[in-house]
Amino acid sequence: MTASQTRVPRSSEMLHDYLLSEEQLEAMYRYMLLSRRLEERMMTLNRQGRADFVIAGAGQEAAQVGAGMALKAGVDYAAPYYRDLGVMLVLGMTAREAMLNALGKLDDPNSFGRQMPSHWGSARRRVLTQSSVVATQLVHAVGVALAAKMRNDPIVAFASCGEGSTSRGDFHEALNFAAIHKLPVIFFVENNGYAISERTEKEMPVPHVADRASAYGIQSAVVDGLDAIAVYQTVRPAVDQARRGAGPFLIEAKCFRMWAHSSDDDHRRYRPREELENWASRDPILLFRNRVEEDCLFPPEDLDAIESGVDVEVRAAAKWALDQPDPTPDDMYGFLYREGDDG
Amino acid sequence: MAEVSVLEAVRETLDEALASDDRVFLLGQDLEAGGVFRATDGLSGKYPGRVLDTPLAESSIVGITIGAAHYGQRPIAEIQFADFIHAGFDQLCSEASRWSWRTRGEQYLPMVVRTPWGGGVHGGQHHSQSIEAYYAHMPGIKVVAPSFPADYRSLLKAAIADPNPVLFLEHKRTYRLIRQEVEGAPAEDRIGHSRITRRGDDLTVFAYGMMLHESLAAAEELAGDGIECTVVDLLTLNPLDTETILEAARATGKVLIVHEDTLTGGLGGEIAGIIAEQAFEDLDAPIRRIAAPDIPPMPFHEAMESAFMPDKVKIAAAARDLAAY
Ligand SMILES: Cc1ncc(C[n+]2csc(CCOP(=O)(O)OP(=O)(O)O)c2C)c(N)n1
Ligand SMILES: [Mg+2]
Repeated sequence: MTASQTRVPRSSEMLHDYLLSEEQLEAMYRYMLLSRRLEERMMTLNRQGRADFVIAGAGQEAAQVGAGMALKAGVDYAAPYYRDLGVMLVLGMTAREAMLNALGKLDDPNSFGRQMPSHWGSARRRVLTQSSVVATQLVHAVGVALAAKMRNDPIVAFASCGEGSTSRGDFHEALNFAAIHKLPVIFFVENNGYAISERTEKEMPVPHVADRASAYGIQSAVVDGLDAIAVYQTVRPAVDQARRGAGPFLIEAKCFRMWAHSSDDDHRRYRPREELENWASRDPILLFRNRVEEDCLFPPEDLDAIESGVDVEVRAAAKWALDQPDPTPDDMYGFLYREGDDG
Repeated sequence: MAEVSVLEAVRETLDEALASDDRVFLLGQDLEAGGVFRATDGLSGKYPGRVLDTPLAESSIVGITIGAAHYGQRPIAEIQFADFIHAGFDQLCSEASRWSWRTRGEQYLPMVVRTPWGGGVHGGQHHSQSIEAYYAHMPGIKVVAPSFPADYRSLLKAAIADPNPVLFLEHKRTYRLIRQEVEGAPAEDRIGHSRITRRGDDLTVFAYGMMLHESLAAAEELAGDGIECTVVDLLTLNPLDTETILEAARATGKVLIVHEDTLTGGLGGEIAGIIAEQAFEDLDAPIRRIAAPDIPPMPFHEAMESAFMPDKVKIAAAARDLAAY
């Protein structure tokens, strides 16, 4: 008998303290773990020379999963940024697909090996194709929301970015336009204190990105990005009210970047040692586990079972993905233009 | 038969697009009041909620157009002057141009960005420029620059129907200057072809926009002196119609390329390259280019402005040299 077979099915009834059901809380834990374990595996593959590039959300899972779960998957539109593996998993990306993406495989549904890893996109899951140019996606989300509003479709457009990216003009143009037209856009800023090596003080003279929202006439909130439940509880009402026509909302989640900027970076060059050493006590996945255990929501065995299930899934996905076909040179051609008249 | 100007052709085509497809909407600066060139005159009243004034922020005008097109609307953005489009360069070139490519066609953008370009209007540095070469360089954006009202009608209609990003360039000097008799609905057309508008045996002139009209005027004058020109209206600047370009070059063996843009890195170099590479053996003379000099475009005072711009006199002189070669 495996551990997972001993588990009691979870209730889907909402727990009032959490605004989430037991089922959702379990899913939350699972998504966060899945995201972390996938990225650990990707980093191993990178060190083995089998994955060219990794840019990870490690440390930001609570923010990503908490926010992602506030959306209606398959209904709402998302323009997530490169660290948002957690958002993508909530929106339906599988472990196998994540691994195909990390390896640039031909069947990677995000870009079929045409873009670097973590440049998300999925027509089916309503994820707009992302580039490397930070903050451009914020205006795309505004355009989606404008179009949806013109058609009276009750969708929300979710756009995320790091705090460093909010220095760019597109951030300000996006907020301004969304506010003028009261568009259903959720701007989600994952503030991990760094833009590569630049600390936030070098990016802005105010303590919070959220402070800027009021100047555009946008409501905003700052939330502890290490607390998935708090993130969900903050984003969910913002999503609901935006869907009802109350206009855009900016949420800044205070996060912590656990790893270097990317697999090509060494953050020991610019981060204080104690910051890196104290990190373990601020791991959002551990914090989540402690809380639900303390509240006696789940017996530890159940959480262990989720963990071992995720480990098995990730290992199998990586092994499977490594054997999938690589693009051939000719795969760079085609699809420059869509043929025929409009779809 | 009615005679329409370039501007009227644009306005009527926008009007028809708004009338026939409720996914179509216009966005840009001052559009509700009709736009600074009056290309959207009367449209905001006729189509409430579908002609949107935007803030003065070009990157987001293009970026919002991308998002709306992605969603399934048929947005048509106006950049008030082509000179100001570069704030949207990133959105056009880093995003729109590769939306389809990087998703293997799963995501695509039926969008149009219209913008008035070109000089000869005493507009100085930032109300006169030719910006086409920057954008025509980028695979994935179709760039169209018609010359005659009938082509403005059919190609703007084709641009709106096209499921790809189209940069639609409207030569502002021709807006009211160039008129043409047109009849009935616009011709069915597709982006991607050039047209031989005049045939002659002595040399071939390639041009677009206002320079096409200057080239036709030069050809007319030269015909009086027994020099017969083939004149090609390029119409689409990206992707280039290589077939027609080669056919027209081979027909005479002598090639003159004219543009208002400055010489270095202008489209003339690309057209010359295509011809030199693929029709070298049919050439009877070196390829000539007439372009603006390599100084920041363009000087304000009329004396300098008219010296800066190519015109029918300069074209005719170069054509005579080439014919005599
Ligand atoms: C426009 C642009 N400039 C520079 C870069 C290079 N770059 C990639 S990520 C990054 C830092 C972004 O920081 P932030 O927005 O805080 O996000 P984080 O990586 O911290 O999550 C930079 C400078 C880029 N991708 N795009
Ligand atoms: Mg950051």
